Amino acid sequence: MEIQSSNLHFKELNDTIKSSSDKIINIKDCIGQRYIGSGLSNKDITIEGVPGNALGSYLNGSNIIVKANVQDAVGNTMNAGNIFVHGSSGDATGYAMRGGKIYVKGNAGYRAGIHMKAYKDKLPVLVIGGAAGSFLGEYQSGGLIIVLGLGATNDPPVGFFCSTGMHGGKIYLRCNNLPIDLPSHVLGKTADESDMNDISEYISEFCDEFGLSKEEILSHNFYVLTPNLENQYNQLYINN
Amino acid sequence: MVMNLFYPEYEVIRNKGKCINCKICQNECANEVHNYNDKLKIMTDDSMKCVNCHRCIATCPTNALKIVKADYTFKQNSNWTKSTIEEIYKQSSSGGVLLSSMGNPNDYPVYWDKILINASQVTNPPIDSLREPMETKVFLGKKSNKISRDENGKLITKLEPQLEIAAPIMFAAMSYGSISYNAHEALAKASEQLGILYNTGEGGLHNKLYKYGKNTIVQVASGRFGVYKDYLEAGAAIEIKIGQGAKPGIGGHLPGSKIVGDISETRMIPEGSSAISPAPHHDIYSIEDLRQLIYSLKEATEYKKPIIVKVAAVHNIAAIASGIARSGADIIAIDGFRGGTGAAPTRIRDNVGIPIELALASVDQRLREEGIRGNISIIAGGSIRNSADIIKAIALGADAVYIATAALISLGCHLCRSCHLGKCNWGIATQQPELVERLDSNDGCTKLYNLITAWKNEIKEMMGGMGINSVEALKGNRLMLRGIGLNEKELEILGIKHAGE
Amino acid sequence: MKKEGQIRIPSGCAISGIFSKNRENINGKKIIDSITTMHDRSNGLGGGFAGYGIYPQYKDLYAFHVFYENLNAKLECEKFIENHFDLENLSKIPIRKTASITNEPLIWRYFVAPRHSKLAESQLDEKEFTARCVIKINSQINGAYVFSSGKDMGVFKAEGYPEDVGNFYRLEEYNGYCWTSHGRYPTNTPGWWGGAHPFALLDYSVVHNGEISSYDANRRYMEMFGYECTLLTDTEVITYIIDYLVRRQGLTLQEMANVIAAPFWTTIERKDKEEKEKLKYLRNTFSSLLITGPFSILLGFDGGLMALNDRLKLRSLVVAEKQDMFYVASEECAIRVIEPNPTRIWSPKGGEPIIVTLNGGTN
Repeated sequence: MEIQSSNLHFKELNDTIKSSSDKIINIKDCIGQRYIGSGLSNKDITIEGVPGNALGSYLNGSNIIVKANVQDAVGNTMNAGNIFVHGSSGDATGYAMRGGKIYVKGNAGYRAGIHMKAYKDKLPVLVIGGAAGSFLGEYQSGGLIIVLGLGATNDPPVGFFCSTGMHGGKIYLRCNNLPIDLPSHVLGKTADESDMNDISEYISEFCDEFGLSKEEILSHNFYVLTPNLENQYNQLYINN
Repeated sequence: MVMNLFYPEYEVIRNKGKCINCKICQNECANEVHNYNDKLKIMTDDSMKCVNCHRCIATCPTNALKIVKADYTFKQNSNWTKSTIEEIYKQSSSGGVLLSSMGNPNDYPVYWDKILINASQVTNPPIDSLREPMETKVFLGKKSNKISRDENGKLITKLEPQLEIAAPIMFAAMSYGSISYNAHEALAKASEQLGILYNTGEGGLHNKLYKYGKNTIVQVASGRFGVYKDYLEAGAAIEIKIGQGAKPGIGGHLPGSKIVGDISETRMIPEGSSAISPAPHHDIYSIEDLRQLIYSLKEATEYKKPIIVKVAAVHNIAAIASGIARSGADIIAIDGFRGGTGAAPTRIRDNVGIPIELALASVDQRLREEGIRGNISIIAGGSIRNSADIIKAIALGADAVYIATAALISLGCHLCRSCHLGKCNWGIATQQPELVERLDSNDGCTKLYNLITAWKNEIKEMMGGMGINSVEALKGNRLMLRGIGLNEKELEILGIKHAGE
Repeated sequence: MKKEGQIRIPSGCAISGIFSKNRENINGKKIIDSITTMHDRSNGLGGGFAGYGIYPQYKDLYAFHVFYENLNAKLECEKFIENHFDLENLSKIPIRKTASITNEPLIWRYFVAPRHSKLAESQLDEKEFTARCVIKINSQINGAYVFSSGKDMGVFKAEGYPEDVGNFYRLEEYNGYCWTSHGRYPTNTPGWWGGAHPFALLDYSVVHNGEISSYDANRRYMEMFGYECTLLTDTEVITYIIDYLVRRQGLTLQEMANVIAAPFWTTIERKDKEEKEKLKYLRNTFSSLLITGPFSILLGFDGGLMALNDRLKLRSLVVAEKQDMFYVASEECAIRVIEPNPTRIWSPKGGEPIIVTLNGGTN
């Protein structure tokens, strides 16, 4: 079904989506409505216009394609499904996501992939085509964060405090330099073939959706950040 | 020369005449205090390891044991106390941040003990709670402030989502991980039998406990552990944990070594991966962001469940509560600074936050002054120790209370305050299977059931004495309270008169 | 010594009421005869009456009855009244010197209508405007107290036995279709006349017997909505609750009774589905307005009278009918003394409101 959403309150819009028996939903003229797809399963939603915060929060297996930018907290605590953003995304993109994939063609704001975690067969993936803001992958405990730096003006294409508190998962950065403030509890190294094999299918999916050349992307150097499990915070406390 | 600056805090006193070398104490003590010496054929002990949990005393078949406070002493000093000195030794030898468990044990005023309850004499009648109806049922949730009617003038009776509880008492959040599965199961079962609710804490919900859903509050904390659609839908209400009385402004860290088996499963993180709960929710940096999280949860659960926001009682609590009441929350839970914890930095636990009595009184008053007390229900927690505390909390303005330490004590906890060591001999704050199995969940359920039933009867008796036969007529009824030994400012904040006035 | 309002004074009492559904004129003497029978339920520290239909010549105007402690209070209050209302008539309320009634304040009566300009400026309806003005005078003008503020009705009250109070106010000179009365038994002296009953706001007047145990829960809830409980009496807060639920929320009297004397949950559970949902909704939505402890109240209002007991029926209440006359009192004797042969006489159940209204409707 097609929903003309410009005048709808978020509750009306979301009620319409949830109560529709159609799998395919096209939303036109979206303008800031929050919580689209919250907890939703088994829908294919395409959005024209800018959806509001917390798009796809607790998403439980649906595809959401946004033709424009998205605001903050997209994919908050999502469990399964795919979100494609043809523009850029706001702060806390993919906060605490446990599964599913978020593909952002442009840039992501602060704290992208914060507290991302993997579990059993669930492997959350966040691919950012451009650059990411500071605190990328803060507290990351699982899953994959990939920043491609396409069109980025800085190298590496991240802000400050990248991977602070990281204790699981992997961050891939397509660049020539490691972040200069990499914390001591994180290890950075050049990606090897096995590392690159791990992300091949996600790069393909990214390129397919956004019409980019996989070859060109993969022809560049990638770094991989992983937690240094030897050097976590274990010694901080003393029994009192 | 090797020097030991630490001396045992407790001493094991063993009556040699009574001890039969049965080694039960050795088996029962996970701290390895008791040891059978094969050569000497006697039980020996390493008092240094003793946390004074009384497990050995309780299990000794001949009553041969007692634990006493060691009587060594520093030179008398009211300023530099023994613990102050010893903490410096600990920190200077380790560089560590001091870590403690359970609630603030320091000598701060307990306002509950400075408040007295009224009773009827002559001008109106007390009510016999045993024979007359006495209502303790409470509904928690938003109350609409404007009625509406349909076209035929009939009242539209749809309510905002409400939690119906048989008594104004619920079990506060304690995660599976901080306490054992058996403890959790006991809480769930007892809640079902009592018609009240327990709270998962931020550790997720074990598969086997989903069936107690209608008696469960599921928590969403900053780590979002175990949070997904089925979990949100499993409970009767969702609690957003902003903070906790024992450690306001502080997150949590369950080390990877404790993320094993079921704990990993309920938290939905791999075994061995640390469970870090950041200090803030990283999608809440301002009050309007709270509204965003509240409504994202309401959207995900189709507005069927009340949303609780739990905050620690801090200095500006009245304004914070007012902001929460205006953010779409249905219920606010306020946790006072004496609330318990499975682990908190000692300095935070002992110095941050304010007492629940003052926080509750000022929140209730502020919400009334702003005319929005009906928009939100208040749960008070943070060291509610008995039924009189509950009566006082409700008369100050609470709709219901959260209890946790008292619940653990009924399960056998002896408040040795060593939860963070993970070796709880009573099977409560531990994940070691051989310790966990010491706590039988059916037995624990009975204890909890008995405790709450007894408190409920006491509440009815006290209400009856005041001539009140329904708990809603006690709520905010501050004339039923008088202060004893409180100064003008304290009375003003509590909104009560002094005894004799 | 503190006067009532600075301290809270529990009271016991007698109440009595008469109502003519046909709008027959009932002389004020009759209600005095009724309440006098229950002399021993009062202790001489408060008595009062409310009469409805007593000012037919001014029936479209609000009749303010005001106590003044001194001339300054009168000047200040009259200035306020003139600022907010058009004043049609003012006079001293006629009294008869009575030996047992002493310590009398200045007692004045004003027939007024809200000023159009002030009313429009306030964006309130006429009743809400008038109610706010009354609450403002009572809480802010020291020494002035509006104790009656309805249309075509009036409250008369004083410190003394009710029969002496009736004599003092020359009630035999008034006729109305409805009267209520009250003899008070406070535990200590109120120190002034404001605390006597009935308590009234607009056309609502309440006489009440019993000390409620939910007082502070009710008071603190009501004060969220602009009501200020200055007397600290049960009757005051009950009147405000009724005003809030009926006038401001639009509940019917029956629904209001289901809030303040809500059935027990176990009783609600046994009702049919629709009734159950309604009762649950009302009790839950207005949970802080449940009144517990003993009470029997008579609520007088424009064109009607309601009697209600607490849900445990801890106070006595008897009602009777004869043709179009309706009687209600704390004790049967107070009815029999003015109507020896009622066709029906009974005690309503706890929490069950008895409501009578004029056959021809109201003004």
